[in-house]
Amino acid sequence: MQTDVAVRQPHLGGDDDRSLTSVFSAYVVSATLWLLFATGVGLVIAYKFSAPEFGPGAWLTMGRLRPIHTNATFYGFASIALVGLGYYVAVRSCGTKLYRASLAWAGLVLFNLAAIAGTVALDLGCNDGDLEYREWPWWIRLIFVAALAVTAWNLIATVARRSGEDIYLSNWYIIGGTLWTCIIAVVGVAPWYQYGLGQVSVSGYYMHNAVGMWFTPLALGMIYYTLPKLLNRPIYSYALGVFAFWTNLVFYPIIGAHHFLFSPLPWWLQTIAIVFSVAMLVPVWGGSSNFLLTMRGGTRDVVRSYPLMFIFVGVICYLIGSTEGTLEALRSLQEVWHLTSFTVAHSHLTMYGIIVFTIWGGVYALLPLASGKRASQRGMALHFWMALVGLFIYVTSLSIGGTIQGLDWMHGLPFIQSVVDMQTYYLWRGVGGALMFLSHMVFAWNVWRMCYGRGGPVSQAESLRAGDTVA
Amino acid sequence: MNKLVLIAGGSTLVYAILAWMMGVLPGIELSKTPAGPGVEPLTALQSEGRDVYVANGCGYCHTQQVRPLGADKVFGRPSAVGDFTYQTPELLGSERTGPDLTDIGARQPSAVWQYIHLYNPRAVVPESIMPSFNWLFEVIGQAPVGATPVPLPEAYAPANGVVVPTHKAEALIAYLASLKQPPLLGAEVAGGEPAMADMADSVTTASATTSDRMTSPDRGYDAAKGATLFTANCAACHQANGEGLPGAFPSLKGNVAVNDDDATMHIQVVLHGLHDTKVGGVAYASAMPPFSATLSDAEAAAIIDYERASWGNHGKPVVAAQVAAERAKAK
Repeated sequence: MQTDVAVRQPHLGGDDDRSLTSVFSAYVVSATLWLLFATGVGLVIAYKFSAPEFGPGAWLTMGRLRPIHTNATFYGFASIALVGLGYYVAVRSCGTKLYRASLAWAGLVLFNLAAIAGTVALDLGCNDGDLEYREWPWWIRLIFVAALAVTAWNLIATVARRSGEDIYLSNWYIIGGTLWTCIIAVVGVAPWYQYGLGQVSVSGYYMHNAVGMWFTPLALGMIYYTLPKLLNRPIYSYALGVFAFWTNLVFYPIIGAHHFLFSPLPWWLQTIAIVFSVAMLVPVWGGSSNFLLTMRGGTRDVVRSYPLMFIFVGVICYLIGSTEGTLEALRSLQEVWHLTSFTVAHSHLTMYGIIVFTIWGGVYALLPLASGKRASQRGMALHFWMALVGLFIYVTSLSIGGTIQGLDWMHGLPFIQSVVDMQTYYLWRGVGGALMFLSHMVFAWNVWRMCYGRGGPVSQAESLRAGDTVA
Repeated sequence: MNKLVLIAGGSTLVYAILAWMMGVLPGIELSKTPAGPGVEPLTALQSEGRDVYVANGCGYCHTQQVRPLGADKVFGRPSAVGDFTYQTPELLGSERTGPDLTDIGARQPSAVWQYIHLYNPRAVVPESIMPSFNWLFEVIGQAPVGATPVPLPEAYAPANGVVVPTHKAEALIAYLASLKQPPLLGAEVAGGEPAMADMADSVTTASATTSDRMTSPDRGYDAAKGATLFTANCAACHQANGEGLPGAFPSLKGNVAVNDDDATMHIQVVLHGLHDTKVGGVAYASAMPPFSATLSDAEAAAIIDYERASWGNHGKPVVAAQVAAERAKAK
């Protein structure tokens, strides 16, 4: 079993590399534009909680911007970024070349087409039912499925052309995540079993799987490649990684109904969801301790390298955020937290803390290896600290506020009291959000430098320890 | 190649089976759930209103699911399996930034209130952070024959002309009015878990008992409790200052029934609502909903006493027993 990805030498130079670099850069640039758009919209939404008359009219109404924010983040930014990183990781970890650059380009066009059409449709009020993460009209979601299918085909064909016999774990996650998400998207779009309460159960399944069987596997796959590469040492336990892969696969699809505890969904469905939400601690703690043990004793490397710092935050959020998710699935705690802003804090701790930080770590680690141009240490530092402090303020304020909201309801106060009590926390959420958005502008600047800047080749003296040993 | 088939194919097969079991199969089974007694399909106008609700993302801040928990009691009875048969797309929601709307048609039956609130929520609920939907209305010089302009408070009305709802606003309000929970028959309880509902009930009952003790006649009425209940149940129309909205909702300040030492009328109105009756010589378009099902005797007494002691009113206070007596009359 091949456990040490860091020793595999990529082919440097040549048309194949240039083609991979341009694909990778294009995905990252496209994702960055979606990040700026999606979080800019998010900032407007946050502002509206304190100034509800801001942005009048149909096009800027909260209920239309909200799904634009989530869908653009999911299917514009995160999906495109993770697929771009996935291509790079698949090619390099298999010591081969991209099967077809043209398919990657076609996928990028389809992803963008879907995200643009979906955004426009939502702003025009064409919402498929206020159903979380599948608000785009169904035909636009089929464009997204086409993009996924093209991506899966290209990834599988790339890995099939690998130079060794074994398939490195990263590719399990990346290919698996892409194929499973094709199924998720089709289950979400098919209409035959989605009436009334039936659709509620599908919503529970869909909204959780779309996050945890798409973004998480791709992000984890990327960490399994990037972490050993940056630290120049193998992953702590390859077997533990394989174990986490299969347990995640079996436990995760079952927990969706925990979004509808106390609802009229069958009680057994809710209870099974709770049981497996607890079982999810196995892959979560297994996966995160595997990463942390890989980093053990490498503190000096981690604090010196921003790519590693980003990934470290991602791993910590994976541990904390996913454990928090298990707690939220318990009936006693859900009674307080469900339907409050605590959920919003949780979704940002996980989606932003785990996925987005990991993506940034991956981009800062891998894009310079592809393009030969690096971002400045100061630029990465500014991005890192603003994003981290912003996230901390965001999550803390909404977690406290959400708890107060839930207790207000339990104490039988007039509902409007919970709205009044949230005002301070909404304001602080906006402050956190503003910092996060500013950090994204710095990220965009860094990406520009890594893709088109005059940075020149990564020099031995300046490069990260990992960069010079393997690139 | 074999390894690739095993990993990609094997994991996808496992996933497909789980997706079938946890996504599709429950979907198929639960889609067959028959409608509960009294649950009706929407009319064409209501269904158009539902589309307006979905298009503008109302469901992101308003849930439509009442859980069998003490915290949800104010929103109606616990949702039951048969409630959702005609609810496609489902609008249960995941966030309750604003109140739950499952039973809003019963809780706030006044179309006039809904129009004012939709035009600018702060006109009736000053602390609200809901966006204004004034773009679902038209400002015209004069209301056409047969159409009633929205009676907005002066501070929120346009300088010139009157405000009338567009067809979309009318459809949306018709949809909201349709959101009423039919009463549950017998053992039909949400989630098939009566124990949980009982447990939540007992929590609420416990707190109600405490307040009963506090409102006992010899200790006078509990002003804080009365104010809280008034805010939760009455202030949306009668406003925190008790003055209502001229032309839309009657004032309680100096109100004859509120200041009458014989509280019969006051109690009757709180319990059973009021419609087609002039208040202070003025006819109001909206009916007042009954509160006999949502308020206990002690709670109704606390509200009535709060109204009788506030805003310069000086009606003789009532006790829970009087409310109970008036309640018994209706049976």
